[in-house]
Amino acid sequence: MAEELLKLQNIYKNFGNVKVLKDVNIKINKGEVVALIGDNGAGKSTLIKVITGVHSPNSGKVFFKEKEVQIKSVAQSRKMGIEAVYQERALCDQQELYRNIFAGREITNSLGFLDIKKQRKEAEKILRDYIGFTSKAITVDSQVMGLSGGEKQGVAFGRSLYFNSDLIVLDEPTMGLSIQETEKVLNFVKGLKNENKSAIFIDHNIIHVYGAADRFIILDRGEVVGEFNKEDISREELVQKMIQLHESGKIKVED
Amino acid sequence: MNNLLNSYFVKTHKLEISITIIAVVLFLIYFLGAPHVFTRFPIYRAFMQSMPFFGIIAISATFVVTLGEIDLSFPSIVGITSLIFGIIMTSTDGNFFIAFILATSLGMFAGLVNGLLVTKIGIPSIVATIGTLFFWRGLVNVISQGSGIAIVDVADGTWHHMIFVEKLFGKIPMQFIWFIVLTGLMQWVYRYHKFGNHIHFVGDNKASAQMMGINVDNVKIIAFVQLGFFSALAGIFTMYEMLYFWPTQGEGLMLTTLAAVFVGGTSVFGGKGTIFGTFIGVLIIGSLESGIVALGLSGFYVKFINGLMITVAVTVYALIQRRKN
Repeated sequence: MAEELLKLQNIYKNFGNVKVLKDVNIKINKGEVVALIGDNGAGKSTLIKVITGVHSPNSGKVFFKEKEVQIKSVAQSRKMGIEAVYQERALCDQQELYRNIFAGREITNSLGFLDIKKQRKEAEKILRDYIGFTSKAITVDSQVMGLSGGEKQGVAFGRSLYFNSDLIVLDEPTMGLSIQETEKVLNFVKGLKNENKSAIFIDHNIIHVYGAADRFIILDRGEVVGEFNKEDISREELVQKMIQLHESGKIKVED
Repeated sequence: MNNLLNSYFVKTHKLEISITIIAVVLFLIYFLGAPHVFTRFPIYRAFMQSMPFFGIIAISATFVVTLGEIDLSFPSIVGITSLIFGIIMTSTDGNFFIAFILATSLGMFAGLVNGLLVTKIGIPSIVATIGTLFFWRGLVNVISQGSGIAIVDVADGTWHHMIFVEKLFGKIPMQFIWFIVLTGLMQWVYRYHKFGNHIHFVGDNKASAQMMGINVDNVKIIAFVQLGFFSALAGIFTMYEMLYFWPTQGEGLMLTTLAAVFVGGTSVFGGKGTIFGTFIGVLIIGSLESGIVALGLSGFYVKFINGLMITVAVTVYALIQRRKN
């Protein structure tokens, strides 16, 4: 039996009168890559933001490493070992890379002043060792603005590896990337398993999802409507299920 | 020369270098056009005397502008805190500590109100601070009933008067020394403190900053609070210089202060700015009036040239920015 890393139990989330998540139950094991799929507005991004502490659920329980937790902030989820790589690419364009990598958890002295030297040195390490940037055009002092989409994604990944997180949350990691860059990102996701790290990711492209994930969770209008292990379903079947869901609003349960 | 132009320092400090060149050229014009004034000390003493009053606020406002926000209420915060300072000083027979603490606390409270209106209620800062601009000035009028307060009896000749506004070695106004020290300190905070770092990230992209675990609301609130504090401090400096409170105190500060920040090169769009630039901006804006008059132009040119300066400067920065993108 695989070791459980994260479990969500009966999660509800409303924004005003809109019920975005309704009684969501999911589980992620150590070393497992889980894909969240579903149409726009299915609640995928909200679910992810509950996990990373951006939103708090209205009710329901969250267990991390088999202990019940309440994730109240991004800082807290990071401390627990959950690291997010967002669709909106959580990097700030006009700031230098070394500042971006450490934003929100700066290396400081006791008065709160930054240890610029150390941040630059560590950022250098991340660029070289974790991301494998060799281009001389990109240094730790580069502004994010000049980077390509894949490079930005690389920085975000590098950051998550550096901080040694157990669960990496990826929101549309391949959106807007070139084919080669997409390949790199998917390889990165596959590589996580070797280090016994887990990942949960959203992607609209079922072909990407199918290649990289071990398990698929289908969300529809805030509810989990289906869950499949990769060995139980072929790519074509998965696509069929999604089309079916789209047309009828239901997934036919196999008998 | 080419090497120098392509160096890392030049590349990363384009704004600072541009603004410094503009200032040097301007002072050169003063110097050549009115040597009888600008080769003598008194004009510089006058600058050092008058610039810190709005300079301190401009340095502090750079933080708020870097957030992509604006505060228009500081002239009235100067007014209300100066009034309280005057009232307490005269009623306690010159108890500096109580007056100082209460006035600066009130300034921070006014900043807190701005911060809460912007973050928790969600009013755009330009609108919220127009509201508080009128509110605090209105309160000044109600409390003072339109009359001034003289603090000359309780402040003149005291040690606090000495450390705030008297002349060091009989030449350099103390407020200028304070201005330099505070500029240095704030520059350090702006670039090298966690708070300054967060200011840049929030101003750059609020949503991203939030996702990186930065408490966006707190950063904004603190920025408004510190501006409230420095507005109060500027008010206190003015009180010591004039030894008198008048109900319109602070009203003339709005344009010069914000002009200094924008001429200094801090981006209106947020995320980028420079304290050093604001400092130079203060030197430029603060010297224009005397400079223009000394050059022999009539006083009617002051606003015109001021406007020209601001428009040219922000255009140059916008072009630099566009080339980068």
